[in-house]
Amino acid sequence: MISLLYALASLGAFALVAGIVLAIAQKVFHIEGDPMVDRLDTLLPQTQCGQCGYPGCKPYAIAVASGEADVNHCVPGGERTMLQIADLMGVEPKDLEEEAAAPMLAFVREDECIGCTLCIKACPVDAIIGAPKQYHTVIADHCTGCTLCIEPCPVDCIDMLMKPELIEHWSWPLPDTKRAQLGHERREQHAGHS
Amino acid sequence: MPAIVRKLAQRLGMLQHSFVGGVHPNMHKLSADCGIEDCDLSPVHVLPMKQHIGEICSPLVAVGDQVLRGQKIAKSEGYLSVPVHAPTSGRVVKIEEHAIAHPSGMGLPSIFIESDGDDTIDESLSPISDWANSDPTQLRERARMCGLAGLGGAVFPTFIKLVQDKRFPIETVVLNGIECEPFLTNDHRLMLEHAEEILEGMAILMHMVGAASGIIAIENNKQDAAEAMQLALDARSDMDDVAVMVLPTRYPQGSEKQLIYTLTGREVPAGKLPMHIGVLCQNVGTTKALFDAVVHGRALTERIVTVSGDALPNPANLRVRLGTSVRTLFARQGLEDFSGTHIVHGGPMMGERLKHPDFPVVKSSTGLLAMSSQFMGSAHTVEQPCIRCGHCSEACPISLVPNLLADQCRSDQFDKAASYDLFDCIECGACSYVCPSNIPLVHYFRYGKGQLALQRREQAFADASRQRSEARDARIEREKAEKAARRTRVRQTHAPKTDQAKADTDKPAAVDSGAAAVSKESKD
Amino acid sequence: MTEIALILLSSVLVNNFVLTKFLGICPFLGTSSKVETAVGMSFAVMFVMTVASTVSWLVQQYVLIPLELEYLQTIFFILIIASLVQFIEMMIHKTSPVLYQGLGIFLPLITTNCAVLGVAILNVQQEQTFLTSALYGFGAAAGFALVLILFAGLRERIEISPVPELFKGSPLALITAGMMSLAFMGFSGLVKF
Repeated sequence: MISLLYALASLGAFALVAGIVLAIAQKVFHIEGDPMVDRLDTLLPQTQCGQCGYPGCKPYAIAVASGEADVNHCVPGGERTMLQIADLMGVEPKDLEEEAAAPMLAFVREDECIGCTLCIKACPVDAIIGAPKQYHTVIADHCTGCTLCIEPCPVDCIDMLMKPELIEHWSWPLPDTKRAQLGHERREQHAGHS
Repeated sequence: MPAIVRKLAQRLGMLQHSFVGGVHPNMHKLSADCGIEDCDLSPVHVLPMKQHIGEICSPLVAVGDQVLRGQKIAKSEGYLSVPVHAPTSGRVVKIEEHAIAHPSGMGLPSIFIESDGDDTIDESLSPISDWANSDPTQLRERARMCGLAGLGGAVFPTFIKLVQDKRFPIETVVLNGIECEPFLTNDHRLMLEHAEEILEGMAILMHMVGAASGIIAIENNKQDAAEAMQLALDARSDMDDVAVMVLPTRYPQGSEKQLIYTLTGREVPAGKLPMHIGVLCQNVGTTKALFDAVVHGRALTERIVTVSGDALPNPANLRVRLGTSVRTLFARQGLEDFSGTHIVHGGPMMGERLKHPDFPVVKSSTGLLAMSSQFMGSAHTVEQPCIRCGHCSEACPISLVPNLLADQCRSDQFDKAASYDLFDCIECGACSYVCPSNIPLVHYFRYGKGQLALQRREQAFADASRQRSEARDARIEREKAEKAARRTRVRQTHAPKTDQAKADTDKPAAVDSGAAAVSKESKD
Repeated sequence: MTEIALILLSSVLVNNFVLTKFLGICPFLGTSSKVETAVGMSFAVMFVMTVASTVSWLVQQYVLIPLELEYLQTIFFILIIASLVQFIEMMIHKTSPVLYQGLGIFLPLITTNCAVLGVAILNVQQEQTFLTSALYGFGAAAGFALVLILFAGLRERIEISPVPELFKGSPLALITAGMMSLAFMGFSGLVKF
């Protein structure tokens, strides 16, 4: 009987000590918010286009970090972004739902612009300049090609143009051999943690 | 011999310093005995706005302008840039995009000059015959004004290297006459025929950077050039500390960092320049051009081009004006039908393969080669699996692991490849050359480098976009808060007044108190 | 001094926990697909194993034996290990969220890593002193870390190599592990312990 009491008491005391230590550790290592959100946010292309169904890149990052959204909703990021997110989250990569379109730029046909400032308000990255009753124009270097300015324009004077290809930005394609293709297909395995 | 044993032996002085790896391709120096011939003026010269590494130039002339040979027609738009000059006198006929020697097949904005046949020289730059008593900074400005860029093929703006920096005093000037690429003989012929001018240029270089000693490096397959340089050197009394060094032939000895290690035993650290270890390395062609710029006041408007290749009937070394069409050069040497031939710009190891010969000669055109399909055979054989023989690692002059890097680039593990020093690769092609499985290793590295650069660019753009977006959100938030604050203030000022208004109905201002409060606030 | 060297050498190489005693296979296969996660896992296990072996030795000597409660050994040891794992989990979550995400379920599963409980129980069975038990724990963990990181490096290379469809993934990983085990058998004559 006594030995049973000893057993219970020692086990209980030990558990209590362990509990106190862990409670202190919890205080010391307390974390504010989810640090994954910022890391996910840096992977996203920051077009703020809303094609993922969330109002911007940060909200999508929050949704992915909490496990609410899948990793494959970022359309402009394409396969590479999806693989990176899957890698970071430690989940299996998924197929993309939509193929990413070629990078575009918005262009305001200035002779038709009536200076209503609606597109300026819609631009998520402040890439359109102008003032009421003045022509507006898009700063090409800052435009993310999100197309959010198209819809509010009352006179439809905004076009999406193909981004010009620069010789400085040209890069070599993958060698055109069968082994190159086979090897390239293996890149998905890298992301998974099977 | 294992690398560590060799390094130890070199440190102890038991063995001559020499870069690791390297290959011995068949040299095919077909045009070694052909003297430099002057090439006729072409009716139209095409001058791309960027013929160097760095930022693109912008035109200074308009269509219809008359220009003289050596006149500046495009100015540089940044530090890492040199201007472009008219190669002959004539009229600017158009300014539009034209194909250049680039593997993408894309073009650059170019100035088209129709030559008038007079070839009148622009004399606005006066010769500096007394360069020994001139200020080095003045000579440096001359090198920049004359559009000098490394004529060994890399076209790095020359003036950037010609600087006296107290932190990095230059001890040795290395003159690069190695020319380790097969087929190319332009530097060889230049040393044979213009040894005095090259030495004078070297003296200018040594004066500019304040170096005391110099080395002229030549491979032992060009003994005659080495003898010519030695003769010219003996004839001068002011260059006692300069020596001609004849090195055993090995590719890629002409690469700057490898050459400096072989000559001095000093290694240029990754991401650093030779000046950081007290060495200045210049190609012999560039040195000759510097001589012309300083002593004759002539801008860089021509260069020696080796036109060669096994599919070309008459190989030659030509002194060509920049902007001359490559098609006319090949036609001059007897090749007009390009079916079944491959055109290479540069040497066969590092040059670019091009689809057509309709591009102009630029500052980087060391050689123009026409190759038959049999000769280019390895480019068409099927890529086999890697058998891990390790030949590529042995051949790599920077001791990378090419087969692993290729695996990583192939499966898009670029960050990992970068951590295995992908960016230190000089793309010399030694690994692809020795690979028994015909793996296009350098092509994989170029793919990897390009993709990594693209990713970094996209990341920078995304970061900038995020900042703009966050700034916008913050601004909207602030405006909203300000509006709300204003509204509450209006309400506060409004409330007592309405009470007063109820008490004192005669006061007319009470009705408009809101607007009054706003205007009062805006005055604040 | 010789004894210390012998304990370390034998626990790291000769009696390697993973490849010779076949303990801790689960995280060995689970967290070895990337070198970064393998390194993180190694350090976590090293911390847990070293501290667990010392604390469990203290508990054994000063609580269980005086109170004649040796039959509670397993419960006590698991309690120690579980608390330590909780502690390291909080620490990793704070210091490296990516590693936390990468290790996933395998981090809390260190609790059930038989290598950790194994080293605590072996210490008792072999009647080690306080110092030798700490060294034994550390050595065993270092051996675990060594093979885990080596194996992760091998798997990273295998991933980008052309492998027949049949062998892709786990089959080749298991074959590789078997070959590593064979290779480690070569150490068996190194120390007569």
